[in-house]
Amino acid sequence: MKRFFGFVQKEFYHIFRDRRSLFILFGMPVAQIMLFGFAITNEINNVDIAILDRSQDASTKEIISKISSSDYFSILQHIKEEAEIEEVFKNGKVKAVLYFEKEFSKKLIKQHTAKVQIVTDATDPNVANTISNYINSILSNYQEEQNRSITLVYQIVPQSRMVFNAELKSVYMFVPGVMTVILMLVSAMMTSISITREKELGTMEILLVSPLNPFQVIIGKVFPYIFLSIINAAAIVILSIFVFHVPVNGSLFLLGLESVLFIVTSLALGILISTISTTQQMAMMISLMGLMLPVILLSGFIFPISSMPVPLQVISNIVPAKWFIVIVKGIMLKGVGIRIVWKETLVLLGMTLLFIGLSVRKYKIRLE
Amino acid sequence: MSIRIDHISKSYGKVNALDDISIQVDQGELFGLIGPDGAGKTTLFRILTTLLLPDHGSASVAGYDIIADFKAIRKQVGYMPGRFSLYQDLTVEENLRFFATIFGTTIAENYDLIRDIYVQIEPFKNRRAGKLSGGMKQKLALSCALIHKPEVLFLDEPTTGVDPVSRKEFWEMLKRLQDKGITILVSTPYMDEAALCDRIALIQNGRILEIDTPKAIVEHYPKPIFDVGAHNTYLLIEKLNAYAHKHSVFPFGEYIHYTDQRDGFDPLELRTYLKNEGLQNIHIERTKATIEDTFMELAKQ
Repeated sequence: MKRFFGFVQKEFYHIFRDRRSLFILFGMPVAQIMLFGFAITNEINNVDIAILDRSQDASTKEIISKISSSDYFSILQHIKEEAEIEEVFKNGKVKAVLYFEKEFSKKLIKQHTAKVQIVTDATDPNVANTISNYINSILSNYQEEQNRSITLVYQIVPQSRMVFNAELKSVYMFVPGVMTVILMLVSAMMTSISITREKELGTMEILLVSPLNPFQVIIGKVFPYIFLSIINAAAIVILSIFVFHVPVNGSLFLLGLESVLFIVTSLALGILISTISTTQQMAMMISLMGLMLPVILLSGFIFPISSMPVPLQVISNIVPAKWFIVIVKGIMLKGVGIRIVWKETLVLLGMTLLFIGLSVRKYKIRLE
Repeated sequence: MSIRIDHISKSYGKVNALDDISIQVDQGELFGLIGPDGAGKTTLFRILTTLLLPDHGSASVAGYDIIADFKAIRKQVGYMPGRFSLYQDLTVEENLRFFATIFGTTIAENYDLIRDIYVQIEPFKNRRAGKLSGGMKQKLALSCALIHKPEVLFLDEPTTGVDPVSRKEFWEMLKRLQDKGITILVSTPYMDEAALCDRIALIQNGRILEIDTPKAIVEHYPKPIFDVGAHNTYLLIEKLNAYAHKHSVFPFGEYIHYTDQRDGFDPLELRTYLKNEGLQNIHIERTKATIEDTFMELAKQ
């Protein structure tokens, strides 16, 4: 036991004396969660738009004031000619132009139809889509208000309700993803690097020629990272609760247990990587290419798995992160318990055992 | 017997790193492996410290078989690899404490054994190991290899890259450790260090050339050997090599070591030859063979 603690102490010295690993351990999680929380978002806010109003009557003024009073849009300029539309887009700031036809109010009252065109800058298709949806809904809102006095023969009123994330905040979606990415990064990459560093610097040679058995060396290497990853996971959850107001509807304890399970999965992967790589650089490349990319692209973190081509959907099943994200989303947002996520938990557990088994088999008790 | 090496062979692909090596080292002996880079010294060390498996042959260290009882050997031996292999980001004291701890001992318990060495680096005990000079690094590495009181000590080129003063000190320390009953197997490319061992094995291209005491090895040198000097060393070497009866010509310090093919060689004859070739201040004197001469002679065959 004393040997073990001596070893763990040494590992902590390594970690705390290396600025780079300290940054990856503690700077990265905070930076990532802040980035995803604040900067990278699908919502729109204060989008600059331009108005081309050829009627300038009561109705158009009312619509324009409705639009400018929302938080989503701010009216940057008024233009007079159709030809100017392209120009304002080219200048880059304006993302949409609202074009009211002549005699808007008159047509609306007499002919019951008046036309307004929404022109959007579709260089960013997602944003263009969102903008046009938002403006549409403001317009139909206005229409409803005008028609309140008139009874229509019949009308379909769709009422959509967004459960678990009523305001469609993207941070709800990013928190589980970021948590997964960070735990994977810290656990798998850092352990694989720290084990291969011993090989690269030749210290593995003297560790092998010592009474420490390989199992003790590995556990000693991994232990500090379990500890630090748990702190990281806790920090992410605390940040998301207090800074981004993401709810934890399920059991915090279960969330903790599942996180520990995922940390162990990642550590096992890290050990496996270290058994096949000989240099720190190689370990880092394998971790980044082999783990980070699938975690970001194939786990459902950013791109929904259901809209991927079938082969990719199948591949996504072998990405441990996919299962963890399902679990975290379930617990945090839906408030479900182990009775619902037991299947995913079992998959993760199975993967962990497989990785540990493989690393034990591949671990070398000699130099070759 | 402390180390027994029995017909060990090891190859990497087509390269024979070790070819049928057999050595026996007695308890408490200071045994030297002498040979140039690439001779196979490190491979032999790694086999004996259970880091590599031999292709053929068997070996035992401190009575334990290197394959079957590798765990026992790992507890009994001290190993100092050729490359500095301590934690550079740990201080001198932390390194030493770490190795004491993983061997289940403490610095205090075996301080006697390392005192002579450790006192020299103790003033720097709070310095990171990576910031030590070459000589101090070696002393620290030796302290770490000794802290668990090993029965057998393996030192792979411990003095490579170390200044002459530190080298001398290092060998004095090895002698003192030997007095404490520790068997030491040390490798070095420096022939002058060979003379400080009890016995040496000359090794080249994975083959043993000879095993004996340094004295006996020198005495076995088959031919009379001469120091030859002149005003122009470069020209001298050229002319000696061109001499019809030369057996070997090696630069050695300020002189050239020369041996002749003939049994009844007359130095005067050589002097006349060199004079005719335009060399001045010619100096020819009988000298004693060194280990280097022997090595060169054996390596030629």
